[in-house]
Amino acid sequence: MSNFKADGFVDITDVVCPMTFVKAKVAIEELEEGQILEIKMNEGEPILNVPRSFKEEGHKVLDVVNNEDGTFTVFVEKGKEG
Amino acid sequence: MANVDYKELKKGGFMKQVDKDRFSLRLRIVGGQIKAEQLAKVNEIAEKYGAGYVHLTSRQSIEIPFIKLQDIDAVKKELAQAGLQPGACGPRVRTITACQGSAICPSGLINTTELAEEFDERYYARELPHKFKLGITGCRNNCLKAEENDLGVKGGMKPAWAEDKCIYCGLCQAVCPAKVIEVKKQEKELAFNEKDCIYCGKCVKVCPTSAWEGKSGFILYFGGLFGNRISIGRQLLPILFSKEDLHKVIEATLAFFEEHGKPGERFGNTLDRVGWDLLKNRLVELLEAV
Repeated sequence: MSNFKADGFVDITDVVCPMTFVKAKVAIEELEEGQILEIKMNEGEPILNVPRSFKEEGHKVLDVVNNEDGTFTVFVEKGKEG
Repeated sequence: MANVDYKELKKGGFMKQVDKDRFSLRLRIVGGQIKAEQLAKVNEIAEKYGAGYVHLTSRQSIEIPFIKLQDIDAVKKELAQAGLQPGACGPRVRTITACQGSAICPSGLINTTELAEEFDERYYARELPHKFKLGITGCRNNCLKAEENDLGVKGGMKPAWAEDKCIYCGLCQAVCPAKVIEVKKQEKELAFNEKDCIYCGKCVKVCPTSAWEGKSGFILYFGGLFGNRISIGRQLLPILFSKEDLHKVIEATLAFFEEHGKPGERFGNTLDRVGWDLLKNRLVELLEAV
């Protein structure tokens, strides 16, 4: 469970790198600055790279929930447009 | 035809081919990088003196096959115009290999390109009992396979946690491969078991608020072999944080090989014969003497 309430949701457990970040990026582009995207992703490569890529693009990770089933749910706040 | 000193030619990067009086010319490449205009010169030489193609070697160099014996001097001159040189073969320090490192790669923890240039300047072609391979990889992903070199360097990062910046999101715990970070979100607590940290730097890279700060360092592997005998290089020292220490250790390692290695014996085999502790103790003493 997370204390954050999301404005959008995307499941990227059905794709692999590099489509993981592409799919997540498309989803966050739908949102306004300050809104929160909830992303469900697999452990391993996605949890390592997708949040980091969001950070590099100016967004902010707020919370990470381990779903204890090999997936994580990550809450990301949309930053200023580059 | 004059007497040909093949050994001298090989030393200078001209490898004898199966074809009579033809040589495959190896270039001195540093960290797998070559300037575009130099590449144009390589292209020109391969077309003019070679067989119109190049071979990319297993250790990031370029060879131009089918150079004729009588063209060797002309080829050397043309290479020099582009700031290129023939590479090293035989019993000496070989091509310094490197991944792209922190200057390019988001995973990189050290500037491998800069380090490769330093290594090339200081150690390249140094005469030793046998070939000696130095390779540099920027992080634990190990794209450049540090452990297969006679001396391999791997970028590492020692993390430190700044409580005031932490938002307890739990991302560092999620990515930590050594499982040494535990975040208690509700209590706003974080436990870091530094003793078992493997210096991968992943917590620093992912942290959204830069609550993890990292100090870059070098993890060294000694005596790796990946030819006739396969043996994985061993880490004998804790992570080093200064370049000064790094170069001191490399100089001492090369001196050790010079002193103890038999001609034609790879470094890993020398260490098996004389004992790994002999090297380890010498290096530990050296570092403590600072």
